[in-house]
Amino acid sequence: MKFKKFLKNRLAVLSLAFLVLISLLAIFAPYVTHFSYQDQNILQRLEPPGAIHWMGTDTLGRDLYSRIIYGARMSLAVGIVTALFALTVGTLVGAAAGYFGGWVDQVLMRVVDVFFIFPSLLLAILLMLILGRGFTGIFLALGIAAWVTQARLVRAQFLQARELPYVEAARALGVSHLSIIFRHILPNLWGPIIVSLTVQIPASIMAESFLSFIGLGLQPPFSSWGTLAAEGFRAMRSYPHLIIFPGVVLFLAMLAFNYLGDGLRDLLDPKSKQAFQ
Amino acid sequence: MITYLFKQTLGAIPTLALLLTLTFFLLRLAPGGPFDSERAWPPEIKANIDRQYELDRPVYVQFGHWAGSAVRGDFRESFQYTGIPVSQLIKDSLPVSMTLGFWAVIASVIFGLGLGAIAAWKQNTWIDGSAMFLAIAGVSLPSYLVASVLILSLSLGLGWFPPALWEGPSSLVLPVITLALRPLAIIARLTRASMLEAMNSDYIRTAFSKGLSERSVVFKHALKNSLIPILTVVGPITAYLVTGSFLVETVFQIPGIGKFFVEGILNRDYPLVMGVTLVYGVILIAANLGVDLLYGIVDPRIRMGEKSA
Repeated sequence: MKFKKFLKNRLAVLSLAFLVLISLLAIFAPYVTHFSYQDQNILQRLEPPGAIHWMGTDTLGRDLYSRIIYGARMSLAVGIVTALFALTVGTLVGAAAGYFGGWVDQVLMRVVDVFFIFPSLLLAILLMLILGRGFTGIFLALGIAAWVTQARLVRAQFLQARELPYVEAARALGVSHLSIIFRHILPNLWGPIIVSLTVQIPASIMAESFLSFIGLGLQPPFSSWGTLAAEGFRAMRSYPHLIIFPGVVLFLAMLAFNYLGDGLRDLLDPKSKQAFQ
Repeated sequence: MITYLFKQTLGAIPTLALLLTLTFFLLRLAPGGPFDSERAWPPEIKANIDRQYELDRPVYVQFGHWAGSAVRGDFRESFQYTGIPVSQLIKDSLPVSMTLGFWAVIASVIFGLGLGAIAAWKQNTWIDGSAMFLAIAGVSLPSYLVASVLILSLSLGLGWFPPALWEGPSSLVLPVITLALRPLAIIARLTRASMLEAMNSDYIRTAFSKGLSERSVVFKHALKNSLIPILTVVGPITAYLVTGSFLVETVFQIPGIGKFFVEGILNRDYPLVMGVTLVYGVILIAANLGVDLLYGIVDPRIRMGEKSA
C-alpha cells in the first residue's frame, strides 16, 4: 500500500533510481572506467572533454570521469558510514535517556548538551586535525559531530512513547526493559529514523566537501566529489570543466537525496515538520 | 522578564567556559605547532620561541594563564600576525562579517517569505513548482558551487561584480547571495507549509467571507500567522550563517572573522582561534536567547521564566 503511494511520487522514484545508478557505478567502478583514478599523464593534462577522456583530464592528466566515479565511492561511503554511526550512537543514547529518565537522562543529556554547544563544523574541523586526513579521521570526525541531533530526536520520541498504553501494558506483563526498548518501542519509530537517515547522508557528504574545500579533506591521490570540486574551483577560470562535472554530479546527488527524503517523509512520518539541517 | 534574561545570561557562562576549555585542549591534541616550517629550526631557537610563547609549559598551565588573561579582557597576540593583539584582529574583522551576515539575513527573510507565500498562494501551479524547485536546489548546493556559478557568470562572464575581495558595496553582492541562498530556501519551504496550514483555518474563511481581496487575505492574514514556525529556525540559521561565513569568506577572500578563523586553525594560531571561538560562542548563545524572547512577543501565550519545555 505504502509502496504504491511511493511510486506515485515521480520525483522521489526518479531520485531513488538516480541514487541507485550512482551507487552501482561506484561499486563497479573498475568495470565502468577505462582509466585508473590515479594514473598521471603529463602529456595529456588539462584536456577538455572529448572522445577518449569523456570529462577531460585534470592538472596531472588524470581522467576526470574515473576520478568522479571513484570519488562517488568515497563520498557515498562517507555519507552512509557517518550517518549510520550517528544513527546508532544517537538512537542508543536517546533511547536510554528517554526511556529510563531520571539520573540516566540527566547524565546523558549533559553529554549531549556539551556536544550541542559546539558548532558541529568546528568540532569536525578540530577532530579532523587530531585524527588526521585519512578515512577513519573523516568518518569519526563527521560522525561524532552529527550524532547529537539524532539523540535528541529519539529521546523526545521515547519520552512520549513511555507513557503510552502499549508500553505500560508490556511493562505490566513483566517484559524486560531491553525488550521493551528494542522490540516494542523502536519498531514504531523506524519511520522517523529512516527519514533522518536521508537527511543525514547528504548533510555528511556536504560537510565532507566543505572540509575538503578548506584543505582538510582526503589526501591525494584519493578523491571525493568534495576534493574534486575544490580542485576545480581553483582552476575554474581557465578550465571550467574541472568544476562543472564534479559540481553537477554533486548537485544532482544532493537534489536526489532531498527529493527522496521529502517523499519518504510524506510517507513514513507525515506529522513531522521539516527538519533544519 | 528581566529576571529571566538575567538568569539565562548567567546560565550561559558555564556553557561558554566549557566550549572554550574543550576547544583549547582539542586544539592542542592536534599534531603540528604554530611555528613549524619546512626547515627545522635549530634547537636553541626553537626553545627560545617556545619559551617566549609559553609553549614549553604543560598545556593545563598554558590554559590557566590564557583563561586568566582572557577574563581580564586580554586575548594575547596572534602568533601568525606577529605583534597584533587578537582583540584588534577581531575588532577589524567582525564588522565585515556582521555586514555580510546582516545583508544575508535581510535577503533570506524577505525573499524566503516572499517565495514561500507566493508558492502557497499559487499552490500546485507552475509558479509553486518552480519556487519549490528553487528552494530544494538552494539546500542541495554546497556554497562554493553557488559561488563558482556566480563568479563564472556574473563576474567573469558579464563583469557586473568583482569576483573577490572586499572593496565597496558591489563586492558585497555575490557573497551575500551565496550566504543567503540556503537559509532563503529553508525559510521559503517553511513559509509555504505553514501558509497552507493557515489557509485552511477558520479565520481565513471569515476573512474571505467578509469580501476581502485574495491578495490581502494571503499576505496580511495568513502570512502574519505563519511567522511563528519560522521563528524556530532563526537560531539554527544564525548558526548556519556563522559557519557559512567560514567558507564564503574563504572563497571570496573577504577579510572577515570567518576567514581568520579558518586560517588560524590551519596555522595553529592558538590565541586567534580561541578569541574567535569566544566571539562565535557569544553570538550563538545570544541568538538562542533572542529567539526565546521573540517567541514571547509573537505568541503571548508563551510565558518567560515559567517552566517550559
